[in-house]
Amino acid sequence: MTDSQSSLSNLDLEAHEKPFLDSNELVINMGPQHPATHGVLRVILRLDGEKVLGLECVIGYLHRGVEKIGEHRTYTMFNPYVDRMDYVAAVSNGLGYCETVEKLLNVEAPPRAQYIRVILTELNRIASHQLWLGTHALDIGAITPLFYTFRDREEILKIYEKYCGARLTTHAFRIGGLQYETYAGFEKDVRNFLTFFRPKIDEYEELLTTNRIWLERTKNVGKISGEDCIALGVTGPVLRASGVKWDVRKAQPYANYKNFDFDIPIGENGDTYDRYLVRMAEMRQSVRIVEQAIEAIPEGPVLAKIPKVMKPAPGEVYHSIEAPKGELGYFIVSDGSTQPYRVRVRPPSFVNLQALDLMCRGQLVADVIAVIGTLDIVLGEVDR
Amino acid sequence: MITKLKQTCGSGVTALTYSGQNYMVVDRSLIPELLHVLRNEEQFDYCVDITAVHYPKREKQFDVVWVLYSYARNERIRVTTQILDGESLPSSVPIWATTNWLEREVYDMFGIKFDGHPDLKRILLPDGWKGHPLRKDYSILQQDKEWVQINLGIESGQ
Repeated sequence: MTDSQSSLSNLDLEAHEKPFLDSNELVINMGPQHPATHGVLRVILRLDGEKVLGLECVIGYLHRGVEKIGEHRTYTMFNPYVDRMDYVAAVSNGLGYCETVEKLLNVEAPPRAQYIRVILTELNRIASHQLWLGTHALDIGAITPLFYTFRDREEILKIYEKYCGARLTTHAFRIGGLQYETYAGFEKDVRNFLTFFRPKIDEYEELLTTNRIWLERTKNVGKISGEDCIALGVTGPVLRASGVKWDVRKAQPYANYKNFDFDIPIGENGDTYDRYLVRMAEMRQSVRIVEQAIEAIPEGPVLAKIPKVMKPAPGEVYHSIEAPKGELGYFIVSDGSTQPYRVRVRPPSFVNLQALDLMCRGQLVADVIAVIGTLDIVLGEVDR
Repeated sequence: MITKLKQTCGSGVTALTYSGQNYMVVDRSLIPELLHVLRNEEQFDYCVDITAVHYPKREKQFDVVWVLYSYARNERIRVTTQILDGESLPSSVPIWATTNWLEREVYDMFGIKFDGHPDLKRILLPDGWKGHPLRKDYSILQQDKEWVQINLGIESGQ
């Protein structure tokens, strides 16, 4: 393809002159078909031996034009499409979209729906982190955690399957609440899962937290400071591992997160190991939230009174939630018709991926794999 | 804050609220200064998003929107400006490093240029692509057939 030439020339533009054949520098192409890029990401690496001098990401291989599709679908019809962006955290995507449209319509989901939404979203956060842990450890060379996490993630997917019939792209929420009342035994299933899952986090930690190889591969790898995170717009666990205590759930609470008691785990060093610890702690916090929510689910309707044909008044709204990967925002412009005039998705993976260059400079090639894993990107969301 | 901004920037700033969210509509000429002021004096240190909206029937066809957040104030605002087709905007990469890719995406999807951007080129679509898909006059069925024929060797991707 022609784009490789222009990308390479851009890398070479970095000020210093070099001889025609510089034996010290090597430009290597990684991906787009590479098992450790978690999708189709192409990275052009500029190397000095094993050391990374700089890199450039080439993205867009999974671009489907989600935002354009949104302009040609009604508000209700677009809802399932958002599941296909970050497909390992489909429930979070749906929550963000539904809440944004609810803001435009000026309705609020009933309390029962809010609680069920929180339960499903937090379970989804656990599932997303489990998938991240399994694949990230696999990339680095630890095969065992993958089997453990996938075994346990299955239990969450079973709850989704029983609830709405789908496991991955769930389309669990509707604008104004939920379409389905929970099935008989939902609360029991969730409680059973919590009892089952709590010791499993310790099991994961036993495999990795003090494992010498794991420490060698993750400590001081891909360091990024809190200031750099803020300048680069990085959010989510990556930001928190660099010591910035910020979470949309606490800073600007949505759904009914203000009713729950939970902590924001933070790290100190901003390296791959701290990001691992932060995500492990986040799983424990999610368990805490689900525990509180399942005890407090009120009775009542699950769907607010919303019109069959949705025509929000003209206006524009930006609303964001804390997805497992960071701040997921929706900016929707309504012109008063049944279709959104413009849907903009602010994907956390896309913005976080921008930090890859900074985090990899001066590291070894093998660390690039670790850093891509620790950023926890999903290419479906990067490319949309 | 708005009154302070009005003093420095004059009448080019209109503050509005919709659904509990604050945003301001600003003259194009005030944008470079205003973004600096918001970053350096009003502590909006996190640029959440940049995007655009196309209104083909208006004289000034594009709305460009900056979504900003301040960690210190825990406050979110939007800055909107209207520009003509073909008019460019100053790049805010020196202010917020994160806007590098965001501006590239706006350029890719709308064809709006940002002056002083270190590397303004397409990001999601291939380099040789023709047209900017999120413009309203770019039909959902329209496609760069030439690019598809040359690069993928098929008649049409539809």
